[in-house]
Amino acid sequence: MNSSPPRPVILSARGVERRFESSSGSTLALQATDLEVAENDFVTILGPSGCGKSTLLRIIAGLDQPTAGEVRLDGQPISGPGADRGMVFQSYTLFPWLNVLDNVCFGLRERGLPRAEQVEIAQSFIAKVGLIGFEQHYPKQLSGGMQQRTALARALANAPRMLLMDEPFGALDHQTRELMQELLLGIWEAEAKTVLFVTHDIDEAVFIGSRVVLMSARPGRIKLDRPVPLPHPRHYSVKTTPAFSALKAELTEAVRVEVLAAAR
Amino acid sequence: MRPLVPVSFATRVVLGVLFFVVFFAAWAFATLGGYVSKTFLADPITMFKSGYALITEMDFAHDIAMTVWRVVGGFVIAALIALPLGVAMGAYKPIEAFFEPFISFARYLPASAFIPLLILWAGIGEAQKLALIFIASFFQLVLMIAVIVGNTRRDLVEAAYTLGAKDRSLIWRVLIPGAAPDIAETLRMVLGWAWTYVIVAELIGASSGIGHMITDSQALLATDQIIFGIIVIGVIGLISDTLFKLANRRMFPWAMLGR
Repeated sequence: MNSSPPRPVILSARGVERRFESSSGSTLALQATDLEVAENDFVTILGPSGCGKSTLLRIIAGLDQPTAGEVRLDGQPISGPGADRGMVFQSYTLFPWLNVLDNVCFGLRERGLPRAEQVEIAQSFIAKVGLIGFEQHYPKQLSGGMQQRTALARALANAPRMLLMDEPFGALDHQTRELMQELLLGIWEAEAKTVLFVTHDIDEAVFIGSRVVLMSARPGRIKLDRPVPLPHPRHYSVKTTPAFSALKAELTEAVRVEVLAAAR
Repeated sequence: MRPLVPVSFATRVVLGVLFFVVFFAAWAFATLGGYVSKTFLADPITMFKSGYALITEMDFAHDIAMTVWRVVGGFVIAALIALPLGVAMGAYKPIEAFFEPFISFARYLPASAFIPLLILWAGIGEAQKLALIFIASFFQLVLMIAVIVGNTRRDLVEAAYTLGAKDRSLIWRVLIPGAAPDIAETLRMVLGWAWTYVIVAELIGASSGIGHMITDSQALLATDQIIFGIIVIGVIGLISDTLFKLANRRMFPWAMLGR
């Protein structure tokens, strides 16, 4: 990985801060944060719950506004949500009145593509997430893992510049989650996407990320930023390699300090 | 029998019919058994006989048709205005802030109290009846639709925005389809309320309709005809409710999943 030429930075956050005002005073959720993401990076943002990692992601998505600082995508300041930043949420956000096919077509239809083209694109992504045969199913007829795979296909079908993922596998059981990690990793390796992935699961952060960013307890700020020294394509067996264990041990120690700080 | 455990469709039908049987049996027992005077309550057999006579000899079918037309007419006008206004209020908070206090106030005005005014304004013709149904259903509909649309899941709204949706398509492709099944249920419920008002409208200043027949029968102490009129209203209500439910199920199959 180190021998590859430097890739252009497509996302840059400068001094991004988020303060929540309430009647009982103001809370600093996110301290002035700088983050740069290069093209084709897979950055996992790791941190204890309540550290502001989701807030940072939501600001990048344009769903929340920073109280200070600025986020730029390809040099353009972000002012609101847009199709260039596809998002997969922790909660199941498929539109319950649309079947799998029409959910995946949602953004394509929004762009005004002819129906035949929408279906063609949607089908290819439905195939990539392994849901062929479920096109006519409604979200309520799918398991949690299948719903998140559909949500992933829906976001990818839009051909976003970046894929933002907010603990997308957080509500899934352990086995399903591991399968989803491998699926996502496989898609990233094949499609050369740029991904920003928020999680509190250290194994997950190291296994799928090409770079792990650790955030401190509230008020959140970036504490560690480490490349993941594991080659691609990755097989789940890398989880037993010394390189994986070393990074995991370092992160576990660092996260523990933060969790203790947050509990105090 | 255990809490919340569902019953089969067949059992449900049998139990539902059974209560009607029990009801009629108790009624027949009280009246035919001589426990209640005929002056106060007619027995079921007399009631069905005079009901038959009403339909065959006194053109009661025309009264029924008039009543149905009034309910449906007034309700459709109310719904046609309430739907866009309710959706606009649910989607745009300034519009809601503008209309909501007045509509909440208007909702508590008893529709029947408007009858004297409506007679003054619209006479005793059809316009007065339609106006009463309109008043009775419009304000309820607007408020309930606004609440349903306003309760749209925020995470679905955010998902739509990250998929490139603009405000206009958010309304047409997320807020409206997501709210549609609940709005249809609201329409069904408010139509039921509209039925209770049409009779009030017809008790005063009408020359046709089920309510008019009931007022006429009152003068003759014909409790058999009054009860027949009431039962007809109930049956029509049951039919329209069932049709509405079936239509909702057909239109929104996704909303029925997992219920």
